[in-house]
Amino acid sequence: MSKYRKLLAGMAIAVTLATGPVAADKFGLGRPALPEEVAAWDLDVRPDGTGLPEGSGDVWTGDELFGEYCAVCHGDFAEGIDNWPKLAGGMGTLDHEDPLKTVGSYWPYLSTTWDYVNRSMPFGNAQSLTTDEVYAIVAYILYSNNLVDEDFVLSNETFPDVEMPNADGFIIDDRKTAEAHFVTEPCMANCKESVEITMRARVLDVTPETQ
Amino acid sequence: MTFGFKNRKPSRRQFLSGAAAVGAGAVAAGTARAGDPLITEVQYWAQGFGEGVDATPYGLPIEYESDVIRRNVEWLTADTISSINFTPIHALDGTITPQGCAFERHHSGAIDLRKEDYRLMINGLVDTPLVFTYADLERFPRENHVYFCECAANTGMEWAGAQLNGAQFTHGMIHNMEYTGVPLRTILEEAGLNAAGDLSDKWVYVEGADASSNGRSIPMEKALDDVLVAFKANGEALRMEHGYPVRLVVPGWEGNMWVKWLRRVEVSDAPVESREETSKYTDTLANGISRKWTWEMDAKSVVTSPSPQSPITHGKGPLVISGLAWSGRGAITRVDVSKDGGKTWETARLAKPGERMALTRFYLDTDWDGEEMLLQSRAMDETGYVQPTKAQLREVRGLNSIYHNNCIQTWWVKASGEAENVEVS
Ligand code: HEC
Repeated sequence: MSKYRKLLAGMAIAVTLATGPVAADKFGLGRPALPEEVAAWDLDVRPDGTGLPEGSGDVWTGDELFGEYCAVCHGDFAEGIDNWPKLAGGMGTLDHEDPLKTVGSYWPYLSTTWDYVNRSMPFGNAQSLTTDEVYAIVAYILYSNNLVDEDFVLSNETFPDVEMPNADGFIIDDRKTAEAHFVTEPCMANCKESVEITMRARVLDVTPETQ
Repeated sequence: MTFGFKNRKPSRRQFLSGAAAVGAGAVAAGTARAGDPLITEVQYWAQGFGEGVDATPYGLPIEYESDVIRRNVEWLTADTISSINFTPIHALDGTITPQGCAFERHHSGAIDLRKEDYRLMINGLVDTPLVFTYADLERFPRENHVYFCECAANTGMEWAGAQLNGAQFTHGMIHNMEYTGVPLRTILEEAGLNAAGDLSDKWVYVEGADASSNGRSIPMEKALDDVLVAFKANGEALRMEHGYPVRLVVPGWEGNMWVKWLRRVEVSDAPVESREETSKYTDTLANGISRKWTWEMDAKSVVTSPSPQSPITHGKGPLVISGLAWSGRGAITRVDVSKDGGKTWETARLAKPGERMALTRFYLDTDWDGEEMLLQSRAMDETGYVQPTKAQLREVRGLNSIYHNNCIQTWWVKASGEAENVEVS
């Protein structure tokens, strides 16, 4: 933050030296955003639920809606079809060879699911769902992951009751300490005794033809 | 046909002798006893006219370079709307990536957004929430900077082993352009940051106008440091696939944060924890715990030639080994090259001193003995960080990280001059 402190100090000096009000430093470009404009675009939802609109939806309604709008790609049970993302399953696989990361097994916050479905799904027809539909679909995704019972109703009020299994599964970037040994004096000669080829891309041969 | 009159084709004789010259050229140009017909005979391009101006009002590369293009790997994604393709770095030189072959990554397709329809909103903890048009942005003082943009998943398919045979596919989720734009700081200050109070723990949330919206949270310190709201790249308007008319440039940080079709910047007191910073772009370690907020791109390099798509075709003798190096933490200070899989290293020549958060071109001008090589390059940046081997990386991160694979790459160059992507002990 030191660079930023300097910047703050710089700004303070500029303000003290300026004869006019702070606004004099501005260019006077743009126009004020109207409240309804901000409301139309400012849709993001935070982990604590800030930004969640009032509304609710139950698992069964969600099941039907999911079948209608989502299942072609994500499967009837949110298990994913072909290469399309799987939204359910994978519990306890994160330390396995090929972890299956889904809303249930990986996502730390429920807010993310609500926000993403609300703004970006269904793929190709984003922002077409009503608030209650989003609550219902998210309730169904939770149910598909065995995280809620079949009679669960998700709403802005029940939202904090849901526990995400992998909520504590994340640490903030620790490369500076965990990888401090990569700051080093590199070896230039006699760096290893022998060198063997241990794997070849040709063996797998998954490279596209480039003529 | 690029040269000559429209109806005039090279004669059969010229064609045959030309073909012979190609064969002879493989030995050494100009040693043919009768003289090189490309020199001794008048060629059609030396007689007639070439194309007039305006034949192509916006020029494309000549047809002989038509294989220098972006390519995707179909099996990676379900369809091309949310997908990625790769820059042909094996065929480029210098450091600037032409826009037309710079990799694309979309989460909901590249949208068609006119400048007239463009709006940028600044809201949240600002003194006055503002809306700017494209024309407004052009009236702020501008800056020019060259920066690389690397997808965090570049080289991601190689964690578990050597998979893809070509630098384009292993390292092509990167491009390097000269951006023209307005510092995000200028725009935030226009809206006023007094309302945000102490800025040291504040964030901005940036999102795009496409259906994916692709929102990311960026700490205020970075937002006020070097982030650019860019509208030109390499001197011309951004391409649609790179966010026309306006994208965010976040120097040194993972490409996913360089939000395209930038439409909103919200000042807030906490990160949003959006899908792109939780479900994706988090790095799972061997114990199942995942790192988040791994924004900086580690120092990395790759030999672009020779490489699987760019074999040696000239036999032993003078050989230019060339490649690219970069670091999200500052300037590249040194690149070493090994021909024996990392037993011994020689320091390569940097074409220009490294620039912060930009690609650096390196060359090793060498005399090839015609024997096979295990070619590697190893970058160092101004923080003293040395690009690690794959084994070193796996020791810390395991095999499931997907993102941020900056390991040393090995090309097995055979006596034939062909090269293959391999892993070595
Ligand atoms: C046409 C296919 C399609 C349909 C229909 C569809 N999706 Fe998706 N979904 C996708 C794709 C593709 C992605 C990944 C997008 C990306 O890469 O950014 C995705 C991603 C997701 C994710 C995030 C997955 C992850 O692990 O990050 C969720 C959650 C989701 N969809 C929910 C839904 C819901 C709910 C619906 C129905 C309202 C729906 N989707 C409809 C194709 C589809």
